[in-house]
Amino acid sequence: MTSVLGVLKPFWKNKLARTGVIIVGIIVLMAIFAPLITPYSPNNSSFAPMLTPSAHHWLGTTQAGQDVYSQLIWGARQSLYVGFAAGIASTIVGLVIGLIAGYAPGIVDDVLSYLINVFLVIPGLPLMIILAAYAPVHGSLLIIFVITVTGWAWGARVLRSQVTTLRSRDYVAAARFAGDSMWRIIFREIMPNMISLVAAGFLGAAVSAILAAAGLEFLGLGDPSINSWGTMLYWAENSGALLQGQWAWLFAPGFLIAVLGTALVLINFAVDEMANPRLRKKG
Amino acid sequence: MRYLVRRGIMLLLTLWSAITLNFLLPRLMPGNPAEVMLAKFKGKGNMSPQAIHAIKVMLGLNNESLWQQYLQYWHEIFHWNFGVSYTYFPFSVTHEIAQALPWTLVLIGVTTVMSFVIGTGLGIAAAWKRGSLLDSSVTSIFTFTSSFPYFWFALICIFLLGFETTVFPNSGGFAATMNPGFNMAFIGSAVYHSILPAFTILVSSLGGWQLQMRNNMIAALNEDYVVLARAKGLPERTLAILYAARNAILPNMTSFAMSLGFVVSGAILVELVFSYPGMGNLLYSAVSNEDFPLMQGIFLMIVVCVVLANFAADVINVFLDPRVRRGGGEA
Repeated sequence: MTSVLGVLKPFWKNKLARTGVIIVGIIVLMAIFAPLITPYSPNNSSFAPMLTPSAHHWLGTTQAGQDVYSQLIWGARQSLYVGFAAGIASTIVGLVIGLIAGYAPGIVDDVLSYLINVFLVIPGLPLMIILAAYAPVHGSLLIIFVITVTGWAWGARVLRSQVTTLRSRDYVAAARFAGDSMWRIIFREIMPNMISLVAAGFLGAAVSAILAAAGLEFLGLGDPSINSWGTMLYWAENSGALLQGQWAWLFAPGFLIAVLGTALVLINFAVDEMANPRLRKKG
Repeated sequence: MRYLVRRGIMLLLTLWSAITLNFLLPRLMPGNPAEVMLAKFKGKGNMSPQAIHAIKVMLGLNNESLWQQYLQYWHEIFHWNFGVSYTYFPFSVTHEIAQALPWTLVLIGVTTVMSFVIGTGLGIAAAWKRGSLLDSSVTSIFTFTSSFPYFWFALICIFLLGFETTVFPNSGGFAATMNPGFNMAFIGSAVYHSILPAFTILVSSLGGWQLQMRNNMIAALNEDYVVLARAKGLPERTLAILYAARNAILPNMTSFAMSLGFVVSGAILVELVFSYPGMGNLLYSAVSNEDFPLMQGIFLMIVVCVVLANFAADVINVFLDPRVRRGGGEA
């Protein structure tokens, strides 16, 4: 237990990171307790459409007569789910490929490094859009998939170069002479020394996944019947929320995306300081 | 020199794999999107046999082996022939790209350069005056703006400045009453229409440059040679600009060269929101109309530009950074 607290301490000690942790915590609680804190079901379309904010509908209603505030709170679930799932998936792919490329010598490294470079260079958003457009079914899994395919390479590159420097350390050589297998050395000896890099990579990947998912859904490449912040913006744009003066419907989902993204970046400041002591404030 | 040769080989390999990926994607996808496409084309009527042939080659419908299709695909690419657009029939894909490209190059090109220069400058200032009011305010504001969904900020700007107060036009690249031409009135209108998109792109992209430069600069200010220079009593300004910033900017130069490559893809979402007649909007209309020839052509164009820009970044680095020259390139 003390060791868990020890790991978490830097996140609390750093003022910026603490703010980030609190904000993410609030959004997660909001998602969990959505049924308790929303007055209506997000899919209840029995209200008058396109109402501007009022006491009954704090943020107005949609073109289909759903309550925007309820959709916003429920939407947190979907956005958190896609953001974290895609963040975790691309971190894992990047981690495995980066570790193997960094540790394995010769041809394996060459091939994997080449693969990393190709995916680094191919622009992400256009590739995501093209992949999603060719796909026959649209849904959250597809979005998670395309974000992972386009997003793993950054982490892989950073981790690969870190492994190449760790590989020649004495303790790794000792493990090798002791007869440990390559997998054991990679995952038991090398990986624990890169936890902060992995964490930073995950947070970065989650932020870009949340933004990318919102962008894809806004373009109509998600499942428009799913309730998320990105699809809310899609419907707001496509039913002329701007022309009707429904600023709240348009403003709120994007604002929460920005807040969630900022909170994750703030947490990342603490991770950066762990990985790179030079960024720590003096004294 | 050996380094450049290696990077050159890498360039060709990357180009090859990106173009091959572009070839394979519509063929590997389930549900055979290409068949649907061809049926739609035939519905358009009055197509020449050559045009149908070109579409078949690009989408892989001429019942030949994958290998033969692949050779033909390369043949068409070397002849700069990407087929006919479905959405803008009977115009060719090349024609549509040529129409959209200048708009994107000017708007996104100018904003990318501005964003890099201003962001890097602010990053240097923030790191130099670390912990000051300037540093903390600039850094925290940019942390927030860089998490903005681009398109959302664009929508808000349109709402405030295009609808509530009609300071700026809310869509298009030029006034609808005008014909595109090289005259002052048209250029004026185009500039006027580009201010709001440019502003939204600047606001949401500045942060990335500023934060990256600030981190690099803080690392550089701690290097031994900077400590030595300070001990020698060099003025702080010389130290910050000529010593630390000069080295801290190197990693940013690479990202900058790459982002110049990304210019071609446009700011897809911003262009969509503003109905700006650029590449991003073209890609969107290709996607929403399932116009596969146009999608393929645009994607190919984007990838080639980014790969070339990336190579240019490597070359620039050789001239700027002697460590790269001597190290032989630990990529």
